[in-house]
Amino acid sequence: MNLLDIVGPVMVGPSSSHTAGAVKIGLVSRKLMGEKITNADIYFHGSFLSTGKGHGTDRAILAGLLGYRVDDPVIPHSFEAAEKAGLSYRIHGIDLGEVHPNSVKMLLTGESGKELEIVAASIGGGRIQICELDGLTANFSGDYPTLIVHNVDQPGHVTEVTSMLAHKSVNIATMQLYRKSRGGDAVMVIECDQEVPEEAIRWLAHLEGIVKVTYLSIAGD
Amino acid sequence: MYESLKQICLEEEAKGTPFWKLVQMEECKELQKTQEASHQEMLGIYQAMHASYEDYEDKLYSASGLVGGEGAKIFKRRMEGKLLCGDLIGRVMEKALKISESNACMKRIVAAPTAGSCGVVPAVFLSIQEEKKLSDEKMVEALYVAGGIGGVIASRASLSGAAGGCQAEIGAASAMAAGGLVYLLGGGAPEIANASALALKSLLGLACDPVAGLVEVPCVKRNVLGAVNAVTAADMTLAGIRSKIPADEVFDAMYNIGKHMDEEIRETAKGGLATTPTGVQISEKIVMQ
Repeated sequence: MNLLDIVGPVMVGPSSSHTAGAVKIGLVSRKLMGEKITNADIYFHGSFLSTGKGHGTDRAILAGLLGYRVDDPVIPHSFEAAEKAGLSYRIHGIDLGEVHPNSVKMLLTGESGKELEIVAASIGGGRIQICELDGLTANFSGDYPTLIVHNVDQPGHVTEVTSMLAHKSVNIATMQLYRKSRGGDAVMVIECDQEVPEEAIRWLAHLEGIVKVTYLSIAGD
Repeated sequence: MYESLKQICLEEEAKGTPFWKLVQMEECKELQKTQEASHQEMLGIYQAMHASYEDYEDKLYSASGLVGGEGAKIFKRRMEGKLLCGDLIGRVMEKALKISESNACMKRIVAAPTAGSCGVVPAVFLSIQEEKKLSDEKMVEALYVAGGIGGVIASRASLSGAAGGCQAEIGAASAMAAGGLVYLLGGGAPEIANASALALKSLLGLACDPVAGLVEVPCVKRNVLGAVNAVTAADMTLAGIRSKIPADEVFDAMYNIGKHMDEEIRETAKGGLATTPTGVQISEKIVMQ
């Protein structure tokens, strides 16, 4: 925590968890998509579902998906902004089971047809956690440049990724590995201290056994 | 970030560096930024606080319809000279209401320390600035004082209603405002710490029991309580009244009380005002979809 977390942030009300956190979930999703989002199915769970309307959680998450920040006065008018920007959306309720009460699942489509499924939670004070990407576990905050690599569970992929990062002088802050089953789908979630260069991400995406590479850049934050 | 107000008091005495400067230096050291950059950020925060008051719209109501128009009512009464509290406290009340109503109406505010308590610090600071014709520079220094106090509370206890109840939001905001106010009126570190102790002591145990889970009832009016309480804590301090329990220990007591609070009265809307018959009735009307 620093001083600007205590006398701050500047944000559109009414709630740091239900409003500012929701904007941030939308914004991180937009960045993970890496392109304009044209279609969004949004499923609110728990307290997001029961108190979301009064907290503007629906408007907040849309504003984030459109690329607006937590203090943007557009937030209360984001339904209109979405229409103007050509983002079609539907809002639903869902029971995601034993997850954080402020959780949301989203199915997103980008302008190139790229798809992303995301489950995220607003964990208090405007901080968030991305919990799942495309059905695979992923735990990260969105505060660091984050590389998410989906691969086939076979030897060598972690070395490929970490060697590439070393070669590009990118230091790893945290690293997590998950898999669905032996030899099945696996995922690496790597939070970095520096941005990962674009060409390195493209190189990675073409390697055999790498299914999908998703990258969160925080440049410009 | 400092973890004790006693430590700040000792350093102010030993080095002759004022409270606010110690907080600024610590922030700059931790985040590797220049004092000038930090100062500009804080000035931006103060200006945003000012704007959150100026942007109030008296015809605006929150989505639930529970909140709106209340700051305007106090303004009218103040203008008529009818407030029992007098003009300064009247101004503090009016600003606290207006800013926290604006928060409920999805306008831009400064969460200091939280969105739910966003009216307390600016209500006190903006009112004293008007009253004493203080410069923005001085107000920025007071914001460092408030931030320093909030930082100590965060490290020893919590600044979240979900973790510590309303005492951790309105209580902490009131302690921050009281310390800043005493600084603006000439107090040094011991007086600042004393005012924050007096302010928080009076709000210990305050539950977080929002009707329908919204940051509206009772949050908006509790901002008035927190702001006015900060002024009385400052007056008591400047009159020479001392808290028998030091500030750091008051913060520890808040942590202790928060730990003893049931989940029902920590922001879940499962107890207190939220589950009164009327609270339940209101809540049933407000459901998503």
